Amino acid sequence: MVSTSKDPVLAVVSLSGGNDGMNTVIPYSNPRYRDYRPTLGIPEEMIIPLNDTLGLHPSMAPLKKYWDEGKLAIIQGIGYPNGSLSHFRSMDIWATCEPVELGVEGWLGRVVKQLDPNKENVLTGVNFGRGLPRALAMEGVPVASVGDLNSYGLLTEMEREEQRNEALDLFGRMYGPAIGRGAVEDFIRSTGVEAMMGADILATAPGQYRGEEEYLLGNIGGYMRDMVQVHNANLGTRVFFTTAPYNIFDTHANQAVGQSNLLNDVARNVDSFMADLRHHDISDNVVTLLYSEFGRRAMDNGSGTDHGTGGVAFVIGEQVKGGLYGEYPSLEPGELEDGGNLLHNNDFRSTYATLLENWMGMDSKEIVGGTWEKHNFI
Amino acid sequence: MSDQAVSQQDIALMAHLLRRAGFGASRDEIEARARQGYDNVVAELLNPSDDPGIDEDLMYRAYPSYFDKAAIETGQTEIVYRMINNKHQLKEKMALFWHTILCAGDNKVDNARTTSMQYDTFREKGMGNFKDLLLWLSTDPAMLYYLDNIESHKTAVNENYGRELLELFSLGVGMDQEFNYTEDDVKACARAFTGWNLAPTIPVFPYGRTPFEFRFDPPAHDYGEKTFLGETGNWNGDDVVDIICKQPAAARFVARKLYDFFVADEPPVPAWRLSEPRDIDAIKQLEQAYFDSGYEIKAMLEVLFNSDFFKGEAVRYQKVKSPADVVIGTMRMAQDHVEPKPGLFFVAMEPKYMGMDLLNPPTVEGWHMGREWINSGSLIDRINFASKVLGDTSLPGIQSMVGRLMAQGENLSAEQLVDGCLDLVGPLTISDETHQELVGHVARGGELRHGSDDEKADFTRRVGETFQMIATTSEFQFG
Repeated sequence: MVSTSKDPVLAVVSLSGGNDGMNTVIPYSNPRYRDYRPTLGIPEEMIIPLNDTLGLHPSMAPLKKYWDEGKLAIIQGIGYPNGSLSHFRSMDIWATCEPVELGVEGWLGRVVKQLDPNKENVLTGVNFGRGLPRALAMEGVPVASVGDLNSYGLLTEMEREEQRNEALDLFGRMYGPAIGRGAVEDFIRSTGVEAMMGADILATAPGQYRGEEEYLLGNIGGYMRDMVQVHNANLGTRVFFTTAPYNIFDTHANQAVGQSNLLNDVARNVDSFMADLRHHDISDNVVTLLYSEFGRRAMDNGSGTDHGTGGVAFVIGEQVKGGLYGEYPSLEPGELEDGGNLLHNNDFRSTYATLLENWMGMDSKEIVGGTWEKHNFI
Repeated sequence: MSDQAVSQQDIALMAHLLRRAGFGASRDEIEARARQGYDNVVAELLNPSDDPGIDEDLMYRAYPSYFDKAAIETGQTEIVYRMINNKHQLKEKMALFWHTILCAGDNKVDNARTTSMQYDTFREKGMGNFKDLLLWLSTDPAMLYYLDNIESHKTAVNENYGRELLELFSLGVGMDQEFNYTEDDVKACARAFTGWNLAPTIPVFPYGRTPFEFRFDPPAHDYGEKTFLGETGNWNGDDVVDIICKQPAAARFVARKLYDFFVADEPPVPAWRLSEPRDIDAIKQLEQAYFDSGYEIKAMLEVLFNSDFFKGEAVRYQKVKSPADVVIGTMRMAQDHVEPKPGLFFVAMEPKYMGMDLLNPPTVEGWHMGREWINSGSLIDRINFASKVLGDTSLPGIQSMVGRLMAQGENLSAEQLVDGCLDLVGPLTISDETHQELVGHVARGGELRHGSDDEKADFTRRVGETFQMIATTSEFQFG
């Protein structure tokens, strides 16, 4: 597969921990909202209205302009049947598209495999952060996992260039043959070869980037900036992934301050990311998905919110048809799920299928497991 | 005993024991321990004396910040110092074991001293009774804060701790295809722990974070009747722990976790309902020890370390080393930071770079281990770190190994040097192809003599380079 800068690129950001959808996209005109959120209700005058019934959390303000431009799609009531209230199970379900059996293959791993079946480019999928997320995990699929773009490389501690070159040569030969000593060792060898190749190529990216946007560093900011650097270097990367620090959106307690800071971090960094792409004139072929593994319970617990089911996701990009998709879940007490959670009305696999079919131009059936009704946000 | 010759097999078995029941050892220590006899060493590991295993006065004098631990990095550095130097290695390893399971993360607790105190308690109670451990955990300030139990009142129950206690700390979602508990059990469990709360205490210093202590708040506790795992009563938290510990699933949980950590990689807990244990006979032996001893962890460890399933060659070098094993194992082999000296901080940050941020696990599920430690980013960090340390011929452990190689003869062949190095860092077996490449690389450097000072320097440098290249091999990633 030959990639050019014009091939569609998908960036995925996980808001790990279960973001409270009801206080992100707020049903402010519904009196039930005030009933459910005696402690955590956002004052109406602070809410940024999207229409007569819904508005954004004030910390989401930096993204309002993309809504006004028609570049921000909001997917309401997103989830899957029999929603698991366990973070790990639910994260895994979103990562693997396997809500019943236990899956180990990541959906984005399958995407990379379909885009680049012969592993011609070890950078088809790039993760930013330490450790490989389940969404990108798949046997035989190389994914560079980059903690720090500026110091990524093998045996960089060796001082003498000649010694390092010899050592890298030897390393390449030792890791070369897949000799079948066992699946794990073969996996380590292929990872080693891919790491060496990926590092050499990625090292060229920072030099080509002229960063002028300010990111909020700490959570996702640095990683969003690194995505722009790599996309800008035109290395053929088609799938980017990063995640907010694990479980950081798990606001059981003290949510008023916590979620406000977290949404501010996301909104400002996504805004910088979009502006940075535009500034480098490379925004046309990037679409970004922001999701969380579940929403939270309708009723607050006096300080925070407990795990829920139906939530909210965002898709943003130049080619996105902005607007509301799915339906806002009913807040009527009789229409909540057992336990008082918002009922989902559209499956996350519909969103995945839309992104894959309508944006990436791929067949989604094998990737998300079956055929799902698509949204028309692209 | 000390005069008794030890065979290569004894050394290989002892190296295996010390890698798994501890963080590895220098070659000198492995040989001394092998002379002591396997059974004696196991007994000593299982029955450490009451002293802390390190010179704490020396440590606190050299690193006074360890006392109040204002920052998480300080707590991490102290843990790394203890891992390298604690002579009660199994005790130290068990602290890490429980930290990977019953974990609170400082990203939420945001009180490094409180989070570190949890780790310290794992060190003290890690080989004790499982019921005591769970009871203590339910009163542990870091945990009560991390899983929001301090927000749980009879009129507003917070399910977080109640759920994870069952899902991740004691039973797991299921076993043998069946579920171990229901959503109603989660609710009952959470109700039983309402009112298990915290009180602030007097700060150590007049500034900085205030440590917490446990406080039971009767008005916040739900004294009502609850049905938990089929038993009905006015259960409080300690009753719930009692009921948990007698479940077959609790025995399975501890057994499978110990097997996973010390013997061979198992899938993560959420998979256990549908995936059978790798070695069900081994698990049954450990479960038996759990019930026979009244939930004593030490009794289970005793069975484990004396079993054929642990001692057998089939399980050696089959576990992907955790970042802590990579970092601490390398330091102990090289005998670096075996006493206070500058630079420990940078060593202590390495596990984080490799994906294991101590005191700060990614989720309450802990880390996904085994092959999930490896990705292109972490592999680069593992290789870069180990090859840098093992190539440093100024370190005492490396110098000792250079001396041993010199003692093998006046003129070593490239093959003898490679085999000697592999023996000293393991004994480690590598594939024929890798072996051939390494021998070729060494041979290209010419003869290996160590008569004159120049020859000695050249010999030493090339041994260091050989260790460095061994540290890059795929085989070196296993322990």
